[in-house]
Amino acid sequence: MARITASVYTSHVPAIGAAMDLGKAQEPYWQKVFSGYEFSRKWEQENKPDVVFLVFNDHATAFSLEMIPTFAIGTAAEFQPADEGWGPRPVPKVIGAPDLASHIAHSVIQQDFDLTIVNKMDVDHGLTVPLSLMCGQVKEWPFKVIPFAVNVVQYPVPSGMRCFKLGQAIRKAVESFDEDLNVQIWGTGGMSHQLQGPRAGLINKEWDNKFLDRLIEDPEGLANVNHIEYVNEAGSEGIELVMWLIARGAMSDVAGGPKPVVKHRFYHVPASNTAVGHLILENPQ
Amino acid sequence: MSLDKPYANIPGTTIFDAEQSRKGYWLNQFCMSLMKAENRERFKKDERAYLDEWPMTEDQKKSVLSRDMNAMIALGGNIYFLAKIGATDGKSFQQMAGSMTGMTEEAYRDMMVGGGRPATWGREQEKK
Repeated sequence: MARITASVYTSHVPAIGAAMDLGKAQEPYWQKVFSGYEFSRKWEQENKPDVVFLVFNDHATAFSLEMIPTFAIGTAAEFQPADEGWGPRPVPKVIGAPDLASHIAHSVIQQDFDLTIVNKMDVDHGLTVPLSLMCGQVKEWPFKVIPFAVNVVQYPVPSGMRCFKLGQAIRKAVESFDEDLNVQIWGTGGMSHQLQGPRAGLINKEWDNKFLDRLIEDPEGLANVNHIEYVNEAGSEGIELVMWLIARGAMSDVAGGPKPVVKHRFYHVPASNTAVGHLILENPQ
Repeated sequence: MSLDKPYANIPGTTIFDAEQSRKGYWLNQFCMSLMKAENRERFKKDERAYLDEWPMTEDQKKSVLSRDMNAMIALGGNIYFLAKIGATDGKSFQQMAGSMTGMTEEAYRDMMVGGGRPATWGREQEKK
């Protein structure tokens, strides 16, 4: 049976991708950001999954205002890096896992979550920057990826509790897949940031760190936090953090298993307009 | 019954909800068109002529021509869509976000390096 072995949480700031692509990763400003991922790259190599279920948000790339799915699962065989306005990032194309993705879609929809099935979409920095952070500059991504896009652009966005419950449904779906696969689930986006209006540049270190504490220790309690608190405390784009609850909801302890092991935790300000948060949690074997 | 919009009074913040989305539909769809290199070239060559191909309001077109990000947001623009204009201009996300705060680019960058804008910003004025 397929199983979720670990969850990874990280920001997906576009400037991080640009810093890597333009060879600026060693500059002092960026080095501080990348230092938080040195352990993670080694860990990712040593714990290489077959598939990463990657929760991210599309930034007006695959989905314009013509169509705004709340939850969209990528079931295609491959996904191209998108041209977000400055040309596509020079990173490998993303290889999908159509059989597992379709299985998850089937199972999760039967558990009463309405997913949009996507067979063709380009993937933007929301998806490619976490891959770059965890894998570095590689010729091909070392595992298959199931893109899972969440609408956090047009309000209303899904609540933390809905995301948390969706994660539980995804865990059940993965575990009902017959093939013996090692699956990681990544929640990306955040932490506190606001990209618009006179309040742009908002950072709330205290709130972010409390979020990390509660994500580890009390995910269900954290799932009860109302969306307005995210916007008030973590900025209008800090709402992206609800996506981390999807990954957290898929961990074993939520279904009565043992507590996850915290393998790595990192927090830094700033990367461009935002704080950077990062966490690796492993399910005990 | 009216819809619950508890985000209406957050200082310096416009939440992109269904109402803003309807208002900004064509402004944002114009921004999406800039994801194609040939459209970026056509826009750069004659901005006004390119904008006139879209059923945007005159105010929306003017806000784009003057690169007034706060005006674009008020007229229904969403930052992730508007970012395509910045990308076409060769601006970073930090330059775009900073341009809405009334700060100089340098002062905004320094504020971010110094830990960013405090979460309490604007709340005092709100109470008054």
